[in-house]
Amino acid sequence: MDAALQDLRRRVIDAHGAKTPLRLRGAGTKDFYGERCDGTLLDMRGYCGVVDYEPSELVITARCGTSLSEVESLLARHQQFLAFEPPAFGGDPTIGGIIACGLSGPRRFQAGAVRDFVLGAVLLCAQGELLHFGGKVIKNVAGFDLARLLCGSLGILGAITEVSLKVLPLPRLEQSLRFEMAAPEALALFNRWAGQPLPISATAWWHGQAWVRLSGAPSALRAARARLGGELLEAGLAAQWWRGLRDQTHAFFSEASTLWRLSLPSTAAPLALATAGTQLIEWGGALRWCASDLSLADMRALAAAAGGTALQWRGGIAGSRFHPLAPTVLQIHRRLKARFDPHRIFNPGRLIADL
Amino acid sequence: MRRPVFDADEPRWSESAEVPARDRRLTVARALRAVLPADCVLSGDEELRPYECDGLSVFRQQPMLVVLPRTEEELRAVLLVCRRLEVPVVARGAGTGLSGGAMPHASGVVLSLARFDRILEINASARIARVQPGVRNLAVSEAAAAYGLFYAPDPSSQIACTIGGNVAENAGGVHCLKYGLTLHNVLGLRGCTIDGEPIELGGCALDAPGLDLLALSIGSEGLLLIVTEAILKLVPKPELAQVVMASFDDVGKAGEAVAAIIAAGIIPSGLEMMDRKATAAVEPFVKAGYDLAAAAILLAESDGTPDEVHEEVGAMERVLQAAGATAIAVSRSEAERLRFWSGRKNAFPAAGRISPDYYCMDGTIPRKNLGQMLKAIEQMEHKYGLQCMNVFHAGDGNLHPLILFDANRAGEWARADRFGADILELCVQLGGTITGEHGVGVEKLNSMCVQFSPAERAAFFAVKRAFDPPGLLNPGKAIPTLARCAEYGRMHVRRGQLPHPDLPRF
Repeated sequence: MDAALQDLRRRVIDAHGAKTPLRLRGAGTKDFYGERCDGTLLDMRGYCGVVDYEPSELVITARCGTSLSEVESLLARHQQFLAFEPPAFGGDPTIGGIIACGLSGPRRFQAGAVRDFVLGAVLLCAQGELLHFGGKVIKNVAGFDLARLLCGSLGILGAITEVSLKVLPLPRLEQSLRFEMAAPEALALFNRWAGQPLPISATAWWHGQAWVRLSGAPSALRAARARLGGELLEAGLAAQWWRGLRDQTHAFFSEASTLWRLSLPSTAAPLALATAGTQLIEWGGALRWCASDLSLADMRALAAAAGGTALQWRGGIAGSRFHPLAPTVLQIHRRLKARFDPHRIFNPGRLIADL
Repeated sequence: MRRPVFDADEPRWSESAEVPARDRRLTVARALRAVLPADCVLSGDEELRPYECDGLSVFRQQPMLVVLPRTEEELRAVLLVCRRLEVPVVARGAGTGLSGGAMPHASGVVLSLARFDRILEINASARIARVQPGVRNLAVSEAAAAYGLFYAPDPSSQIACTIGGNVAENAGGVHCLKYGLTLHNVLGLRGCTIDGEPIELGGCALDAPGLDLLALSIGSEGLLLIVTEAILKLVPKPELAQVVMASFDDVGKAGEAVAAIIAAGIIPSGLEMMDRKATAAVEPFVKAGYDLAAAAILLAESDGTPDEVHEEVGAMERVLQAAGATAIAVSRSEAERLRFWSGRKNAFPAAGRISPDYYCMDGTIPRKNLGQMLKAIEQMEHKYGLQCMNVFHAGDGNLHPLILFDANRAGEWARADRFGADILELCVQLGGTITGEHGVGVEKLNSMCVQFSPAERAAFFAVKRAFDPPGLLNPGKAIPTLARCAEYGRMHVRRGQLPHPDLPRF
């Protein structure tokens, strides 16, 4: 067994034996995300490297500590990419961290979320065993889908040591369009376009402007542009805009003292928030970023009334970032945690306060 | 000795329960009739017989009772009775499953969702369909067609199979490479736990807080919860679809052509392969125009805007030519496209026409190993003295070898069963899996012992217990017990040793 993996195993077995919590961490680009968790640092970066990649299989297998930049540059050499566009948040996250946090970028609306691309994962469980779930093939229904359960688990069930991801060919062409319009009009259009066979790979609205990215065959883009109109953007400017949303390097994300992330049905009406520029819409309307001083209770009520949930993304009060779970669902979480990690050694409290 | 990984999570309800005593049946029937209308409980032998098996008819078991509730309240009442009296519950949709997942439990109740058959909502603007689990797969696309939308997963049985069963098995179809499996097309589920508690997972919003229990529930084969409603994603119907049909004089070459298409950066909306035995079986039956001289044919579909399809079809033709195709035909009309597909879609019934019985396998392997797998299957045909025709979802590496046998001939089923298990073990050895889209059910329990270690299987039982503490939902399916794997291991030791020989097993 690889020395770095051996070391991780030993640390986990010791922690389990001594019942002392561990704080799992990759590159730390998402330290801000989730609840605070105390524990001895378990740096996952030592166990790294691409284990297997065959472009014609559309699958890449990498160890948890592998950096996103390494994976993306390898894929790019073969004209392939991670279609869920994992955000880097201005740093260079690890593959393990990307899976554990389960966050996706602008293309999520069209291509799917991280979990839609996970084919398999290896979990280092509390007792130090390496458990293999899923595999390297696209169709696989043997056993419960634990590999996908680990997406967004924030490490509370164990340490993800290896992941197999489905990759896709890079679009042959990408072009972006911009339209001047108000939010209600943009939401109506985004939803109407999403119901038509158009090669739209991302949409966003901010400050009176709607942005639309097209990806695909040149002929398909030509036909789409003829139908949609709008101002064709210079490639560099467009790339910078989408990168700014994906990595949240756009000024909008750092200006507000409290930033909310609302996951809503794409057709939900625009939120009634006072000032202009305080709302940024992505994913065809399904993701709404709000800079707002509304109270926790009010914001959650607003999201729930619109058929979704609210997450305190940055700022605000610690200990209640995530939208609360229904009692039946919470009970299943408790039972899963109790069985996978009976001594609560993995990221205790990171996802849910007392788990 | 090391401690076992998870606490004892194995179910009390064994795989082979004994037939219940008569008064047990009466007690349970009385309790159910007290909470349900009279026509919702079936208990006579004649009434129970149609529920003895699902699409895998070699596994049969008469259930103790069958219940057919109409409403969520009635369904909840059924679960509360079963929970109180500790009666196993086996959910059932249309019964088209191919792994025995809906095979009844001798002392259990079959919970038919056939009466939950309403499409509750088609929302064209939000591109969703809200349906009950007993709605047929094809009915969703039919209802969405008026809005230029469709529901993408299209298992071969889509005329009959239901959404509830599709969710239970994470059903696939021929368009998965581009459009995904059931998992990728279900946005939310509403259901009941074994305690009769309503539970909602996912929804019309794309992200939900907490662990992704929605992903965990899809493909859980009725072991975790009973689904009462599903929110399905609808996608726009492409303007045009065209199929390229290519002939090859060697199955290995056809396999390489599949890899070459993907390597060229093309994701066809469907990419299927049939060997000569399969084309020979279907051609007289459907007259699809297949090249009967070819060792294998590939069907590759492109969809999108007319210009896009034109470009992609051209690109695929060039790749197929370079890969050594002996003949290439492109569908010139929608009627011809459907005719090209008709043979593939009718492969299973065609097998039924040329052989008294057939056994359909469902392993998946990395695409690059298709040729090797086909050669191995040919050798197995000699070893077991049985014929096998091969249809593949080649784009996904998902194989459906159809082993032909006659159940009335002594020993043939046993040989077919071993033939199938051999194929599945080779799938695991080649880096694949024992089931791509049909599920484990009762059929592949032994093969699960080959694919997963005792610790991994214990983790599955831990999940089962977290959702279903009394272990009453579809017990004995999908995950084999330690005892069963130990027994299988004794009969059938692979490469001289079991996986993880260091782990305590007893």
